[in-house]
Amino acid sequence: MGFDIRLPIGMMFLLFGLLVAGYGAATQGDAMYGVHSLGININLWWGLAMIIFASGMLLLARRGALALRSTIALAAEQDRKRHDPK
Amino acid sequence: MRPHPHWIDYAVIGVYFAFVLGIGVVLKKYMKTSTDFFLSGRSIPAWITGLAFLSANLGAQEVIGMGASGAKYGIATSHFYWVGAIPAMVFVGLFMMPFYYGSRARSVPEYLKLRFDEKTRGLNAISFAVMTVFSSGVSMYAMGKLLQLLLGWNFNAAIIVSALIVLAYTFLGGLTSAIYNEVLQFFLIVIGFIPLVYLGLKDVGGWAGLKARIGNDAMVHSWKYLGSPSANPMGVEWFSMLMGLGFVLSFGYWCTDFLVVQRAMAADSMTSARRTPLIAAFPKMLFPFLVILPGMIAGVVSAATLSSDARAGASPKTESARAANIGAANMVAPSSANGEISLEGGKGIIPPKVDESGRPLVKEGKVVLDYDLATPMMLVRYFPSGLLGLGLCALMASFMSGMAGNTTAFNSVWTYDIYQSYLNKTATDEHYLWMGRASTVFGLAISVAAAYVARQFNNIMDVLQLVFAFVNAPLFATFLLGMFWKRATGNGAFCGLLSGTAAAAVHHGLTLPAGSVPGVKGGFLGTVVHQYPSEMAQNFWTAIFAWTTCFVVTIVISLLTKPRPDNELKGLVYALTDRPKDVGLEWYEKPAVLAAVVLSMLVVLNWIFW
Repeated sequence: MGFDIRLPIGMMFLLFGLLVAGYGAATQGDAMYGVHSLGININLWWGLAMIIFASGMLLLARRGALALRSTIALAAEQDRKRHDPK
Repeated sequence: MRPHPHWIDYAVIGVYFAFVLGIGVVLKKYMKTSTDFFLSGRSIPAWITGLAFLSANLGAQEVIGMGASGAKYGIATSHFYWVGAIPAMVFVGLFMMPFYYGSRARSVPEYLKLRFDEKTRGLNAISFAVMTVFSSGVSMYAMGKLLQLLLGWNFNAAIIVSALIVLAYTFLGGLTSAIYNEVLQFFLIVIGFIPLVYLGLKDVGGWAGLKARIGNDAMVHSWKYLGSPSANPMGVEWFSMLMGLGFVLSFGYWCTDFLVVQRAMAADSMTSARRTPLIAAFPKMLFPFLVILPGMIAGVVSAATLSSDARAGASPKTESARAANIGAANMVAPSSANGEISLEGGKGIIPPKVDESGRPLVKEGKVVLDYDLATPMMLVRYFPSGLLGLGLCALMASFMSGMAGNTTAFNSVWTYDIYQSYLNKTATDEHYLWMGRASTVFGLAISVAAAYVARQFNNIMDVLQLVFAFVNAPLFATFLLGMFWKRATGNGAFCGLLSGTAAAAVHHGLTLPAGSVPGVKGGFLGTVVHQYPSEMAQNFWTAIFAWTTCFVVTIVISLLTKPRPDNELKGLVYALTDRPKDVGLEWYEKPAVLAAVVLSMLVVLNWIFW
């Protein structure tokens, strides 16, 4: 019941990924990376990772929705044939 | 170290809150009946209920508590997972789900009513309702304290805001909303903590480097030093570990706590319900790496420092300003007003516990460390602004999923097992749906009150642990006998539960862990008959005594009282229920196969960290 949960998961992490990766790109070379994340621009890298994860989720959600739609269409088609065979 | 959030961190947190609330709003229109509200209409697929099963349990106690235990005891903390939780989850999936799901009980207390009698149900319902509301309150208190420390938020504001958000989405969307958000929270916690473990391990030189830095072999082995209590930091030996934690406490929690069982009951079929805990077991096995390792690393790394050149060239607009303060932290007086967290007297980046004036607490000549701050300090240490927002979201997610889990469990038990059973038996379904929503509100209100009560006490988390041992340990004996021995009777179960709880209280009252004073920690019955090497050992033995007493008393009283006829117990007892058939599954999806895979992975993990 309800909607496909992969949709909000995908959307939320996409937004996270864009925000964090964007900030990471904008602050490339900032001293804070040396202080905290061992010199690695972890914002950029992990932000990109989240975008990839989110895309995967959204793709799965889309596949689920398409499969559902084709199942419904198929059922409707069979129903029509049953009531109106030619 | 001085935590200092940036606008980007708040943006990330804002996105998270928006989604959490949005899910509740969207789901509201699907909540038409009370079954929709309390049990998601029994229509959720297994992978979702599996992740929710895991997440509902994944509260602050786990994310913060396991980090604290990792810092204190090392990798032996993994026993909570690899000896405790996972076997219990496998058991509940394979053997107990058929009864929970098949009996069509809408809650754990309701199963007890169907199997035994009304008074057994009543006892369980009331103790569970109280326990769950207080647990939620303690979670809120812990979160309030943490947000105050990390973000400088006002304690009251933190409590009210988090309570309102959880209230909003559970009120609107019921259990489905809680479940969807729990799955969201699961991913958030995993995605938030993976970079932390990566950076932490990289900094210390991997597992080998960590072992070298810790220096104490007993901290990096889980079984080798369990021969005697004095050989390991936990102060336990293998028998009480296996029986107390492995069997009684873990099985007692995972098999009887409605918080988790409710998620499996929401599944769309019997097979899905059985697979729910098994699916949850896979990620659960890997959680020690996410939550225990940061704690272990926290004790052996130092605060981030900025070289003076970089500090001179850094622009104050960036987080370098924050970083500069981190380097100066050790010079600053403890808990000064500007939000500085002093590490003076601490270990690694674990700060000392401080008294009201801000000076470190000392007990028996040694500084008392605030282990609960191990994981949060790791976040502050390794995450720059941006990722820090994500890490904080993960922390908040763990608190909120725990709170929502408690809230949804409470409103079900209240509405079905207390209100409908004793106060208003014949109302319409709309009325019960209304009561479900109303109880969400007052349940959370009571939790907020409990949070303020918790604030008054020093040891409230210990009290809660104790309550779990008192209540869940005997309850597990009751369930075992109820599900697998058809001769068990209602009177037997009731007496067993009462005497088991009493036995737990007596055991706790007559024993004391080494180095503690009589009071909450034990020994409150006058004399101390036995001293345990540690609190954990005492806790395990309390559980063992409670379970055994309940088990024996239930058997004895059952044999002396009249059982119910077989036809009434069909579907409620193992011997009188058809074995579940798993249709429509590939061989690798069947519960028995999943269980076998989980258990073999478990053996491998235990062996690697021997």
